[in-house]
Amino acid sequence: MWRFIGWRFAQSIPVILAVITITFFLVRLAPGGPFSSEKAVSPQVQAALEAQYNLDQSMPQQYISYLADLARGDFGPSFKFPGRSVNELIFSGLPITAELGFYAMLVAVFIGGLAGVIASLKPNTMQDYGPMGLAMVGICMPSFLLGPLLVLVFGIWLDWLPVSGWGSSSGDKILPSITLGAMYAGYIARLSRSGMLEVMSQDYLRTARAKGLPEYLVITKHALRGGLLPVITYLGPAFAGLLSGSFVVETVFQIPGLGRFYVQAAFNRDYTMILGTTTFLATLIIFFNLLSDVLAAWLNPRLRYQFKKKT
Amino acid sequence: MKSLLEVDNLAVHFHTRNGLVKAVDGISFKVEAGETTAIIGESGSGKSVACYSLLGLIPKPPGKIESGSALFDGKDLLKLSERELRKVRGKGISIIFQDPMTSLNPFLKVGTQLIEPLQLHFGMGKKEAWAKATSVLEEVGIKNADKRMDSWPFEFSGGMRQRVVIAMALITEPKIIIADEPTTALDVTVQAQILKLLKDLQEKRQIGVLFISHDLSVVADIADDIVVMKDGKFVEQGSRDDIFERPQHDYTKKLLNAVPTAQKPPSESSAKPLLVVNHLCTQFSSNTPGEIIKAVQDVSFTIERNEVVGLVGESGSGKSTLGRSIMRLVRPHSGSVLFDGREMTEIEGKNLKDMRRRMQMIFQDPYASLNPRMSVYDTLAEPILLHKIANKKGLDKEVFRLMDSVGLARESVLRYPHEFSGGQRQRIAIGRAISTKPEFIVADEPVSALDVTIQAQILDLLLDLVSEFDLTMLFISHDLGVVRYLADRILVMNEGQLVESGTTDAVLNNPQQLYTQTLLQAIPGKSLVQNSQELS
Amino acid sequence: MTEATQTGQLMEVPKGVSLWQDAATRLRKNKLAMFGLVFLIFIILLCLITPWIAPYGYEEQNLRLGATSPSAAHWLGTDIFGRDMLTRILYGGRVSLFVGFIATAVALVIGVTYGAIAGYAGGRTDSIMMRFVDILYAMPFMIFIVLLMVVFGRNILLLFLAIGAVEWLTMARIVRGQIQNLKHQEFVEAAVSIGLSSFAIVWKHLIPNALGPVIVYTTLTIPSVMLLEAFLSFLGLGIQPPSSSWGLLISNGVESMEEYPWLLIFPGLALTLTLFALNFLGDGLRDALDPRSSGD
Repeated sequence: MWRFIGWRFAQSIPVILAVITITFFLVRLAPGGPFSSEKAVSPQVQAALEAQYNLDQSMPQQYISYLADLARGDFGPSFKFPGRSVNELIFSGLPITAELGFYAMLVAVFIGGLAGVIASLKPNTMQDYGPMGLAMVGICMPSFLLGPLLVLVFGIWLDWLPVSGWGSSSGDKILPSITLGAMYAGYIARLSRSGMLEVMSQDYLRTARAKGLPEYLVITKHALRGGLLPVITYLGPAFAGLLSGSFVVETVFQIPGLGRFYVQAAFNRDYTMILGTTTFLATLIIFFNLLSDVLAAWLNPRLRYQFKKKT
Repeated sequence: MKSLLEVDNLAVHFHTRNGLVKAVDGISFKVEAGETTAIIGESGSGKSVACYSLLGLIPKPPGKIESGSALFDGKDLLKLSERELRKVRGKGISIIFQDPMTSLNPFLKVGTQLIEPLQLHFGMGKKEAWAKATSVLEEVGIKNADKRMDSWPFEFSGGMRQRVVIAMALITEPKIIIADEPTTALDVTVQAQILKLLKDLQEKRQIGVLFISHDLSVVADIADDIVVMKDGKFVEQGSRDDIFERPQHDYTKKLLNAVPTAQKPPSESSAKPLLVVNHLCTQFSSNTPGEIIKAVQDVSFTIERNEVVGLVGESGSGKSTLGRSIMRLVRPHSGSVLFDGREMTEIEGKNLKDMRRRMQMIFQDPYASLNPRMSVYDTLAEPILLHKIANKKGLDKEVFRLMDSVGLARESVLRYPHEFSGGQRQRIAIGRAISTKPEFIVADEPVSALDVTIQAQILDLLLDLVSEFDLTMLFISHDLGVVRYLADRILVMNEGQLVESGTTDAVLNNPQQLYTQTLLQAIPGKSLVQNSQELS
Repeated sequence: MTEATQTGQLMEVPKGVSLWQDAATRLRKNKLAMFGLVFLIFIILLCLITPWIAPYGYEEQNLRLGATSPSAAHWLGTDIFGRDMLTRILYGGRVSLFVGFIATAVALVIGVTYGAIAGYAGGRTDSIMMRFVDILYAMPFMIFIVLLMVVFGRNILLLFLAIGAVEWLTMARIVRGQIQNLKHQEFVEAAVSIGLSSFAIVWKHLIPNALGPVIVYTTLTIPSVMLLEAFLSFLGLGIQPPSSSWGLLISNGVESMEEYPWLLIFPGLALTLTLFALNFLGDGLRDALDPRSSGD
């Protein structure tokens, strides 16, 4: 098992490196320097600024020194927020985005998983069509539409819940979490339904019934594990989706999280901030992909056994 | 003595969207303690449905029990509620399923699955149940039982898994075991072991066994009482001897005649070798890097013109790979294959295409060997046009001629494979194989996926074609009965090597090698063969 | 079939039902999928003939009118500049659908070619090619697309390329899996043993049988591409005014949704319903083409 983790881990290092490199050079290739929007900067000031941000060095030199800084965990200073480092900005946004992501994931896994399992128990009846219809709505209604609609209905018309913010008034976490999680709840519902249906047709469930097990045990003990395995594998990609989804949701609900910083940095051409957040988010996504792969492998006794035997 | 189980006039219907299917239509039978009642029938005869419906294990809806009674332990199983039925399942009546590879939960350890019925039906604690399960596992012949309890199902071979399944069925000491084709998925030597195990346990514990099978030879060896079913209907019932020696019903007679028991009379060979295989080796790299599977190791033999040679072996023996190596479907690693004096392993391009015309192959699975998107016409026309057997004008005539030869109705020429039954599909595949007017045919288990009556028809068709078109054939099979029916000579393979070869008579009646002897010992239905020899 | 129908003798013989016809029959019985198909054809037709049927000009402002709710003159109301919403939604739909179809076509071409080569070649070529796909899979592409849009400006061509570059990966995997699977089927071996050329085997035996899942996945890729475009446009990183797409209309609608909710609801409805239709059609196609369900 450790060998498997180590192997997958080693595999993701070149990917992270590639991400950093591509991002770095893409950003440098961009037309229009970071200070071009500010009018009429004297050449001396320009030079001083460029020196401060290492822009006077050659591209490879900049790249090397950036990598060296990264290795020390230093994302460098922000272009647009003078005096603040990218680290500070990332770590001020991260807890909020992490919390939002966590709640959204809860919504996705629990509501989605439950809906899928319930639907799979009686396929092609109302018990199936109901949850699956809702799942389809979740998939077809993008967060930037669902969010505003929820705000409109529950925030403005009914006035039940706050329309923006995070942690500043009670209940303001509910709408963003649902908005972000809804689409993934839809996907997970569909995945767990088809996974369960697949398992339900397996011979070993017939064996379980033939032993005289009551139906609830047949499902919880024999069917769930295999049926929900595809969901586990999906958690990694879902996490990546949640992160990019947070760009929109944090914008809609005006939440000061990482996603909003990223979008702002993108508009401001805040090079170090873009670079820093991209690297950070990419690493996070790759790490979570790794985690869900390892989890899926661990839940599959056959894979676990193969790797145990090799070590 | 009262019967353990008395089923009377059972009818199970399926109400599907495509109409009513009478899966079981008025079946009656009894199961006695310590005896085996066998239900035989071909696929779709409703034999499994009949047994599963006793325990409420058919999907309802669409299934519905229309009538009948099933007295077990003084109660009518068909009238019990789901809750009461659960107390019978796994406790009073256990089931052994056909495919041991899929009937164990891959996500739970063997031990966990074994103790489940004990915990459920006797409220036994985990420790006590674990100890009991270990002893039962030992009883079914699994060594290191206490360690094996902690293993996952995939760590067992097919035969071993079936032992686990049997242990699971036995663990609650049921009165009746339903065995649904318990050895069909197993190799013949393993089958013999499992059948013996079942028989021993049955005698020891005086269990009544309800044995479901399509295989008359297996049933001949173990059954006391036999019920014959066809299309959901009761055909006839009787003791083993009644059914085999004095069958009343035409269908039963047809079934019995379909079992290939006769031996092909020796034919004079022309002593002109058509195929010479010399030191042939074929190997694959396995999934584990660095490891090499030697599927065929140093095999040499010759086949004379107009000879039918049977190639026999169990699964994994390399017999199929050998056939494919000769056909150049896989590239041999070393050695030579001389066909009519020409080296087959080296030729390429047009020469290879010419040789392909002269040698053809018939595959095992008629459901996989036909392109599902091509009609019969296109399937047969493709090789004819490719090798210019006929021109565009004569094409239709040639296709119809082929369909006549293999016994397919001309009207069905524009139909697609999924519109045919298994036997008809195999006829199409045979038609394709003879369409190029080949001299040599490799037939890889061509009848093993077919029902027994269909199997007999296809075998006869093959024999007819061999004499009509002067074919030479390498016939690959795991079934010695089938091989004996049409082969002049037999080759026996084990673990990639040729262990024995000789005339059919010599190999079957006077085997020299230990492996061949074991193989022959394991064949079910020997009593049948002896009977028929005495008769003839 | 083509050869068979030419000659007189075969004319009297009853026609068989091919798997494609079989699937079409099943699809026709699926009400949701048929609804999806009809709706989709309707929307596509509307968008195709928009310039001729649109009640107003695309940029036709009426500042005096301002935002009005739906009326007889403006079925779906007007926006704050007095522009007709129906007209804008139709024009936006042209862009959204165009992006959806073109980017999917890009993904289809790259994915099928790549997957087919890897699958048919097998061995080392295959494992190297698929390892590359694995690595790309691990890349956080959404973030890259945002980055690309920022760096190179909001260029619609680039958008196609970027989205196509993401979506081809799954297509390549599906095609490769199909080809790998089919390659070992006995009917392909049979085709080899009658002496057919590699080209004929790929063309007549492999491709027709691998087509089903490709069709299904293509149908399901279009909605996900449209979502991606809408997502980027919403953030202001996709389609730029004065062009419009449904994502952009929704984004504009959000700004004034309190006063003029129809500016959000109608474009939202257009996008959601189209995605619904595509997903239902995709699901229906999957059920119709899945060989496992054709057994009964």
